[in-house]
Amino acid sequence: MYQYDEYDEMVVKERVAEFRDQVSRRLSGALSEEEFLPLRLQNGLYMQKHAYMLRVAIPYGVLSASQVRMLAHIARKYDHGYGHFTTRQNIQYNWIKLEEAPDILEELATVQMHAIQTSGNCVRNITTEQFAGVAADEILDPRPLAEILRQWSTFNPEFAFLPRKFKIAISSSAEDRAAVRMHDIGVYLYRNDKGERVLRVFAGGGLGRTPILNSQVCEDLPWEHLLTYIEAILRVYNRYGRRDNKYKARIKILVKALGVEAFAAEVDKEWRHLQDGPATLTEQEYARVARYFAQDRYEVLGAHDSMLEKHLAENKRFSQWVKRNVRPHKVSGYATVTLSTKPGAAMPPGDVTADQLEHIATWAEEFGFGEVRIAHEQNVILPDVRLRDLYSLWLRAVDQRLATANVGLLTDIIACPGGDYCSLANARSLPVAAAIAQRFDDLDFLCDLGDLSLNISGCINACGHHHMGNIGVLGVDKDGEEWYQVTIGGSQGNESALGRVIGRAFRAEEMPDVIARLVETYCQLRLEDEPFSDTLLRVSPEPFKANVYRQAAAPNESIPCPR
Amino acid sequence: MSTIIRIIDGIPRIVADEWEVLRPESAVASAYAYQIVPLAQFSSALDQGVASDIRAVWISPENDFEPLIAHLLSLEIIAVDFPSFRDGRGYSIATLLRTRYGWAGQLRAIGDVLRDQLNFMRRCGFDAFAIRPDKDIQDAMKSFGHYSVRYQGAADDPLPLFRRR
Repeated sequence: MYQYDEYDEMVVKERVAEFRDQVSRRLSGALSEEEFLPLRLQNGLYMQKHAYMLRVAIPYGVLSASQVRMLAHIARKYDHGYGHFTTRQNIQYNWIKLEEAPDILEELATVQMHAIQTSGNCVRNITTEQFAGVAADEILDPRPLAEILRQWSTFNPEFAFLPRKFKIAISSSAEDRAAVRMHDIGVYLYRNDKGERVLRVFAGGGLGRTPILNSQVCEDLPWEHLLTYIEAILRVYNRYGRRDNKYKARIKILVKALGVEAFAAEVDKEWRHLQDGPATLTEQEYARVARYFAQDRYEVLGAHDSMLEKHLAENKRFSQWVKRNVRPHKVSGYATVTLSTKPGAAMPPGDVTADQLEHIATWAEEFGFGEVRIAHEQNVILPDVRLRDLYSLWLRAVDQRLATANVGLLTDIIACPGGDYCSLANARSLPVAAAIAQRFDDLDFLCDLGDLSLNISGCINACGHHHMGNIGVLGVDKDGEEWYQVTIGGSQGNESALGRVIGRAFRAEEMPDVIARLVETYCQLRLEDEPFSDTLLRVSPEPFKANVYRQAAAPNESIPCPR
Repeated sequence: MSTIIRIIDGIPRIVADEWEVLRPESAVASAYAYQIVPLAQFSSALDQGVASDIRAVWISPENDFEPLIAHLLSLEIIAVDFPSFRDGRGYSIATLLRTRYGWAGQLRAIGDVLRDQLNFMRRCGFDAFAIRPDKDIQDAMKSFGHYSVRYQGAADDPLPLFRRR
């Protein structure tokens, strides 16, 4: 993974000093809260219901074991012993004291970490997929360009006060696992017919109040123009994006207002001035960054391991876990493991304790090359596990409640912290997630059901990406009460789609039944292993709505078997 | 007489300043020579052929300044207004004035100009900063000393770090 040199070290050190000074000016009253607000946000510090929340950047979801240990240390020393992995591959702590925030940043800087631009109206953490560098279907490793973008966006002086937040994702696999189409800018890196690296650039996507998939603005931009082209997009947005209404300030509204052709033409006009300028990337810089991501420590191993096959045959729970949570690796004899942070009702999705983090760090070293990834689905990935180690890893992950075999299943719930913590939320997310997890605690049933995504957001800001879920739940406030609106038909990947609302909202206690009825309808209507989205497209939302809104059933209605 | 920060020979200094920003709401015609007038006033003076007395103009982020660029380049000072410190359009306007239109004269930030924005402003090409009057201008000077590393090129230095690494 990327290692800081003296320049990168200096940037985070100087940031700590600057932020320490800003905090002390706030505490002394020299800065008003209004003036401090954007400064603390640009450093990931939110004021929440009970305390400050600090969001620490995990650039494109990549962590080293020593960084994971530092995250555990911070959870223990400055928080209540846990952290929460977010839907943008970051981690946040919910119980932070303002006066301690600079000390936390100073500790983070010792392991090359920071909280720069994890919030605020600026370019946020650059995200990519959790399997970058190891996925069997990868075209090119997206991480070098993600790191180059991270550096370019860090304290970019022109774009520190954009109309609204700005999220960039980059992907380079046959299957898009980075939700590229949901981002303000989505970049797809591939090779053209001549074998050259080129970029397909999309702009104007985003969730929130007006969810929109982004539109293609450039088909085959040579990779070296990445920074100048993105600068052109941002300049057009910075100058012409709306600033009068927070809910109309994202770039998606500008792209929609101008029309994608006119927007792309405007960007192109701007880019002609920047094209081939000094920000044009060089092969040398690409190589400098890319070498940090090259992994040459793989052993030469066979594609099969007899002990593994024996365990698979003998242990159903292990075999279920391998089926759901273990993915093929591009290197023979290796696999990629996803540790689920969703063990069920007892733990909010994405939450991990300091103890769990320390175990994860140990496993990363013992069963891999000391590297960990965070998925936007809020799970933790060990990218390089030898097949022969899978069983021992599983046993230890079971002990730490990190081996729930539910990756991609209904209980792999993606949820924001919601009204329990967040002051923006209209409703709580976590009790709803817990009630649904409790209702669907039969893993065999879920495994038979197969892939089905459920996303929960506590407000329209959509941190739980509810529009992307096959089933989406949005908390809304009606006269001071919590209600939940349900969408169906969302999906990520190459066939990205946004979910649509099915009808009137529900009370929290109705939600497990509502989900059960959607699942029931799906089970009744699907053909063989047909994915949820395909069934929905084929039969229309009507049967789902009819079943959900029929007269209330008796308590504890049963769910039929999926097959 | 008020004070502003100016970058002189690469060094930020607090200097006395006699220029006065003429806001549209208080637009009383006066013979005072050191006025920074709104772009709209400059534009209509140009139309009437009486712009020769105007030496300094300020641009609001709402203004479409580019059609007037040839005339702006003959002024002594161009100022860019920040109606709120959260409004970042002025950074792009400054960048364009410096890197595209070749403005080499004084580029002044006016309006809601606060300490924690100054370094960004400087990087985008501003070399004069009229700090909001209720703020401590001495304190604001510290903003320039926080960073020694710049990853990306900007109006102050077009070379990104990767070309020097």
